Amino acid sequence: MTWVSAGKLDDIEQEGAIRFDHGGRTYAIYRGPDDSVYCTAGLCTHEAIHLADGLVMDFEVECPKHSGAFDYRTGEAIRLPACENLKTYPAEVIDGEVRVALA
Amino acid sequence: MDGMVIIGAGEPGTRAAFALREAGYSGPVTLVGAEPHLPYERPPLSKTVGDAVQMKLICAAEALDAAGITYLKGLSAAELDAGAGAVRLSDGRVLHYEKLLLATGARPRRLTCPGAAGALDFRTHADAEAIFSRVAPGRSVAIIGAGLIGMELAAVLRGKDVSVSVIEAALRPLGRAVPARFAETLHARHVAEGVRFHLDRGVAAISDDGVTLTDGSLVHADLVVSAIGVVPDIALAEAAGLATGNGILTDADLRTSAPNVFASGDCAAVAQPGGGYIRYESWRNARTQAETAARNMAGAAETFGALPWFWSDQYDLGLQVAGLPQPAHQIVLRSAAEGELEFYLDDGRLAASAGLGTGNGLARDIKLAEMLIAAGLSPSPAELADPGVNLKMLLKSARAA
Repeated sequence: MTWVSAGKLDDIEQEGAIRFDHGGRTYAIYRGPDDSVYCTAGLCTHEAIHLADGLVMDFEVECPKHSGAFDYRTGEAIRLPACENLKTYPAEVIDGEVRVALA
Repeated sequence: MDGMVIIGAGEPGTRAAFALREAGYSGPVTLVGAEPHLPYERPPLSKTVGDAVQMKLICAAEALDAAGITYLKGLSAAELDAGAGAVRLSDGRVLHYEKLLLATGARPRRLTCPGAAGALDFRTHADAEAIFSRVAPGRSVAIIGAGLIGMELAAVLRGKDVSVSVIEAALRPLGRAVPARFAETLHARHVAEGVRFHLDRGVAAISDDGVTLTDGSLVHADLVVSAIGVVPDIALAEAAGLATGNGILTDADLRTSAPNVFASGDCAAVAQPGGGYIRYESWRNARTQAETAARNMAGAAETFGALPWFWSDQYDLGLQVAGLPQPAHQIVLRSAAEGELEFYLDDGRLAASAGLGTGNGLARDIKLAEMLIAAGLSPSPAELADPGVNLKMLLKSARAA
């Protein structure tokens, strides 16, 4: 597993998300209400919309266009029109730096 | 007995079919669609991939099968006998329903000037193919109507290096549904992108040369598209004696005037708490109304009360409007890095919000505004105007109070 730096935890709002592009792909990185971090595929599984523009509430992210929603800890699609789960990737914080394992 | 019958397989009809199953209904469900395709989404029709018009299905055939939904395509309803609880389809077969949902939608309003038949509509997949197969860089298109559909199409065509003229009878584009500030910003962007506007002009005639305006001038165009709004498809309901107006009239539970007959989506004009009826034309409304109608068909007695919401993408700008801004509302402006937001206060209470910014950059704030509206909150104008005040914090502190 290759860990990649994805920036500083301080750059992500608590209960928020940022878009992270790497190796020609796009991801979303989340900071939960308890400062835990998670990483998922960046685009909604319903249409290619960047989820990092969506509202994060608790451990849920809502697509900014069609209001499909996912649990970003597991990638589970929890509200229509999203019905396909999001791929998730391991994420961790070391000395304030977010790292994700994308391979 | 044929169980639940749904006329119209657009977004609301298809959503309702699945929502009936989600509500626990286990009898037969028949979905009748006039078009020769599986149910598809309309918003992607303007977002071509290369030169190809997208056919984004709402559901795969397997999903219909798995849910036990009988889908009849290429058929419409010819006659409704509400007294007998029966509907006759265009192929002559008769379905006896337990409950019926009318989701007949709307059809493009047609011009009546000489040559009107030469203008293309933009509503269905076939319409989109007709338009996009005829355009190419350097060709010219005249769009009649500067509403959301006309302006979105103008933006897409400019992206394909097509020369675009927009003709509008009103003084300003986007006058009907878009708050004035954002209508002006979008208008200016279209001008900057090279769209030529002919405002305050009617259409006298359409010919092979283009469009002749009421001031006598000619707008040259290789192709003419008519985008002057839609009219609800109420013919079936009207002929059956159901109450109609600007749509099929329903009560707040989406029941029509006939027993066991419901309506939702673009065709439905829904009774409002303050009196009168409102008909919405939007993707989200089509879905949320269908979900309420389906639950009520399955036995619930739920009032439809979702806040209206729509989006429009033009160039790299995204517009979102939640609620219905009214002239009497106090407007509070918030300028942020991503764009501008307006909040509309009704006697202090937040009633609506709109935003225009790059991409979906303001979607999060509009969603939070929606939640503030739903919670019935009255945030102070100073807080709303200050981009440093996080709307989520306003919501949380109100919830904690």
